[in-house]
Amino acid sequence: MYFKDTIAAISTAVGEGGIGIVRVSGAEAISIVDQIFKAYAKPKQNLKEVAAYTAHYGHIIEPEIEQVVDEVICLVMKAPKTYTQEDIVEIHCHGGSVPLRKILSLVLDMGARLAEPGEFSKRAFLNGRIDLSQAEAIMDVITSKTEAGLQVAMDQLEGGLSKQIEDIRSKLLTLLANLEASIDFPEDEIEGFSFAEVEERLSEVLESVEDLLATSKKGRIIKEGIQTAIVGRPNVGKSSLLNALLRENRAIVTEIPGTTRDVIEEVINIQGIPLKIMDTAGIREAEDEVEKIGVARSQKFLQKADLVLLVLDANLGVTEEDREVMDLAADKDTIVVLNKIDLESNLDVETLKKELATERVIEVSATEEIGINDLEELISELVFAGQVEANDQTLVTSLRHQEALEAAYEYLLTVQETLAQDLPADFLTIDLKAALEELGKITGDTVGEDIIDQIFADFCLGK
Amino acid sequence: MKEYDVIVVGAGHAGAEAALAAARLGGDTLALTVDLDNIALMACNPAIGGPAKSQIVREIDALGGEMAKNIDRSFIQLRMLNTGKGPAVRSLRAQADKKSYSLNMKRVLEEEENLNIRQGIVTELLVGDGVVKGVKLKTGIEFYGKKIILTTGTFLKGSIIIGDHSFNSGPHHQFPANALSEHLEELGFELRRFKTGTSPRVDKRTIDFSQLIKQPGSEGDISFSFTELSSTQLKEQVPCWLVRTNEKTHQIIRDNIDLSPLYAGDIEGEGPRYCPSIEDKVMKYPEKERHQIFVEPEGEYIFEMYLSGFSTCLPESIQVKMLHSLPGFEEAKIIRPGYAIEYDCVNPLQLKPTLETKVIKGLYTAGQINGTSGYEEAGAQGLIAGINAMRQLQGEEAVILKRSEAYIGVLIDDLVTKGTNEPYRMLTSRAEYRLVLRQDNADLRLTPLGYQLGLITEKRYQKFKAKKEAIEQEKQRLKNYKIYPEDEVQSYLRKVDSTEISRDDTLGRLLRRPELNYEKLAGLDKERADLAPEVIKQVEIQLKYEGYIKKQLKQIEKKKELEEQQIPEEIDYEQIEGLSAEALEKLKKVEPISVGQASRIAGVTPADISLLVVYLQKLKREVTKENQHE
Repeated sequence: MYFKDTIAAISTAVGEGGIGIVRVSGAEAISIVDQIFKAYAKPKQNLKEVAAYTAHYGHIIEPEIEQVVDEVICLVMKAPKTYTQEDIVEIHCHGGSVPLRKILSLVLDMGARLAEPGEFSKRAFLNGRIDLSQAEAIMDVITSKTEAGLQVAMDQLEGGLSKQIEDIRSKLLTLLANLEASIDFPEDEIEGFSFAEVEERLSEVLESVEDLLATSKKGRIIKEGIQTAIVGRPNVGKSSLLNALLRENRAIVTEIPGTTRDVIEEVINIQGIPLKIMDTAGIREAEDEVEKIGVARSQKFLQKADLVLLVLDANLGVTEEDREVMDLAADKDTIVVLNKIDLESNLDVETLKKELATERVIEVSATEEIGINDLEELISELVFAGQVEANDQTLVTSLRHQEALEAAYEYLLTVQETLAQDLPADFLTIDLKAALEELGKITGDTVGEDIIDQIFADFCLGK
Repeated sequence: MKEYDVIVVGAGHAGAEAALAAARLGGDTLALTVDLDNIALMACNPAIGGPAKSQIVREIDALGGEMAKNIDRSFIQLRMLNTGKGPAVRSLRAQADKKSYSLNMKRVLEEEENLNIRQGIVTELLVGDGVVKGVKLKTGIEFYGKKIILTTGTFLKGSIIIGDHSFNSGPHHQFPANALSEHLEELGFELRRFKTGTSPRVDKRTIDFSQLIKQPGSEGDISFSFTELSSTQLKEQVPCWLVRTNEKTHQIIRDNIDLSPLYAGDIEGEGPRYCPSIEDKVMKYPEKERHQIFVEPEGEYIFEMYLSGFSTCLPESIQVKMLHSLPGFEEAKIIRPGYAIEYDCVNPLQLKPTLETKVIKGLYTAGQINGTSGYEEAGAQGLIAGINAMRQLQGEEAVILKRSEAYIGVLIDDLVTKGTNEPYRMLTSRAEYRLVLRQDNADLRLTPLGYQLGLITEKRYQKFKAKKEAIEQEKQRLKNYKIYPEDEVQSYLRKVDSTEISRDDTLGRLLRRPELNYEKLAGLDKERADLAPEVIKQVEIQLKYEGYIKKQLKQIEKKKELEEQQIPEEIDYEQIEGLSAEALEKLKKVEPISVGQASRIAGVTPADISLLVVYLQKLKREVTKENQHE
């Protein structure tokens, strides 16, 4: 814990509310938000220069890819006349968990720290803002929120995640203990890891952390959106489906600077879930070039996709190629979109479900815009299958884990750099310890005595 | 009736430092010891320093203690360890001439003004109203003192064990202090039983050194104390030797393991993991085919050799067999057998960070009695206890070193915050900020404090200030010294096996390159002055690793607020609603002085700390409010 850094949290209940608020408090609050906020009227305006107690309409932009996340109103309040008596920025955005989480995670990326339970109130009290009589209430909040948080944290840690993190921790401890043992016992004959071994073990751990970050689906929704592949034979209506989805939803088209037109990416915001449609250019071109691209193209994108929309022509039925695509997408979330139902249909939905062994079949007419809403519902259900955010604790704890994992990841990258610079072993240990400490925030372990225990568990030392 | 300011019980490594510090701070001091011929006795390894320990020795020196100077007077070999693992873990270790170390220290104690030394065994503390008043000796005589420092080492109910033979004894077969131990328990101290061991000593003339590997000392001007550089070149260094155990040795141990009191269950004390007996090494690591044994001279003029790594409490007859199985030791003669020693010590959680006990006012404990091991750890605690006893007497603020300031700070904080379940030894891995706690900068870290306390002379302080200034100036000069990508520069860089610069740069930045050092930059540096080697060394380390050092300083800065937020002594933790039961119990036991210390207690969670912080603020504002009403 540290009192003077900048903290952030979602300060509205996550759920169906129309408006959500991300609150940022601390010395860096304004400059942090300034990095991701673009005012609508004055895009060059610097939030640091605006007057206190002013509201600013504009967009939150993901700076790395210059992509709009949401349209928002930023309220800028300046110390000391604020709730916490620190600078505060409130970002009012659309309700629904996805934009809120996305914005919060951007704010964290820019250097804020996720607030502890009750921390805004705590600061308000410590900085003299809140009346003494409320001290008890604040302490209650800290206790109850922490207890609830712990409960959720425990729940989340069951079922694999805790085991994976334990595994990573133990690998790091082994590595660290090896380095530390040879430092503290230079005359003992320790089979220390060679440079290459350290390197190998480190990249192994890095990979695990990467995997963990990547498979953390929720985390990725916030960070990257859902990679979506629209596949199907030529002329089944992929392009029309895309257009229908685009028409219904505010689409954000980004042209990534310095690249060719091919990687233009369109993001469709479906009930707050950003769908990143892969290869939109390809989808459109394929419609013109009959028969040229089939399964081969699908294959390429299927690998990377989180969500697959397999489009079938209701008039043509299921072909061998379609079945192949279904097989390829076996481990993905797949929805079969039965298109052109406004025309005469040769396919019975129930038969189709049996044939393709899936329940997820949606009948649409992309050109007539029939069934598009059903499709969107299903997508949303799929993404949040069994994990709809019912309360903000779940959200906070999962974000907290992600924050810790990402911080650990950064430290490990630094270790890799140190290693590459050929610096002495002691310098490796600094960031290794920092990484372990971050992981400890998830598992609740501290680093100090752990290392000592590991050293003596691994080696026969001393004289 | 004479009343001393400070009475120190014990004159080992802790006692000697405590007595000297108290006397040097103006205290009328009495040091009592079981045996006047064993002042600062090295009862185990004849060595001082090594990783984490050399850092402590130099910190003692910067604070005006004696250990560094005394080993500089008494060493017979010096070795710099960990030279390739980074500046923070580089460590000096000295082999000492045991007798001269003890004699030299005795002489220093004798010569110290204000300090009286006397032989005697303390059996009782004189206590009234929870405040210590004096001590009573076995002979019935009493001495009165305002502050008492106990540095009893392994004397408390000391018990030596060799095979099935055991007897009450202090280290090296001196008288044990049995009565005092029982008395402490009556006073309310939670005593625990720890165990440590030592190796057999062998007659040098019976060893065939041709079968051993020679371990010479390091070359160059190196010393522990910052005051004078003792030149190793002036002194002929004595070598150590290395030998390894073999299958035969291990077989003897395995065959006789049930004769080891460690395995027969005759020893109840907790032993240190970092200092296992040879039987433990063999039994616990059966896959290891051999173990190292360092053969170290106990002195320059005697024939006694110490077998480091061969600590054992097997019966003497087995010790002889084991010894004979070592190459070069076929005919070797044991002149003192190895033994295990069990002793009582206090639970350090009953201590304040000043090393005053929470149980009796004015009573301090330092060294092995606090559950530590090692001469250096003992010396450091003795110094701090001596300083704080006098500071309290003089009404001055206590000295509590932070974890970010010194290994001594880490040591005492660990002891009084976490306690220990085995004899505690300092390791560099215990120090989370070890990059800034180097042996080379101990003077920069602590000399100003030593001076402020009155333990560093004006002359030494002026010298220190000049050194510090020279370092800063040279760092600044190098940081400002521009170089340009000219032919001359580029070809020089290639010549010293570095790479060319692509744009304007400074010498300060070039120094960060792993392949370059201060000396190698000489060819690019046209304004270089002739600086002292210790100045150059500092400049080099500070600039070379600036990025990492800054990172560590930032970590320290982040925790500063927690560390500086004090907890009033009279706090009632029961008043803080919501604290977990475990946190409540631990906080009441440890009585942390700062929120930082509280946060390090095992079982106290960040939420508990949040509650504590809010509660402290509430207290503070209630006080302000009351004042306003008045």
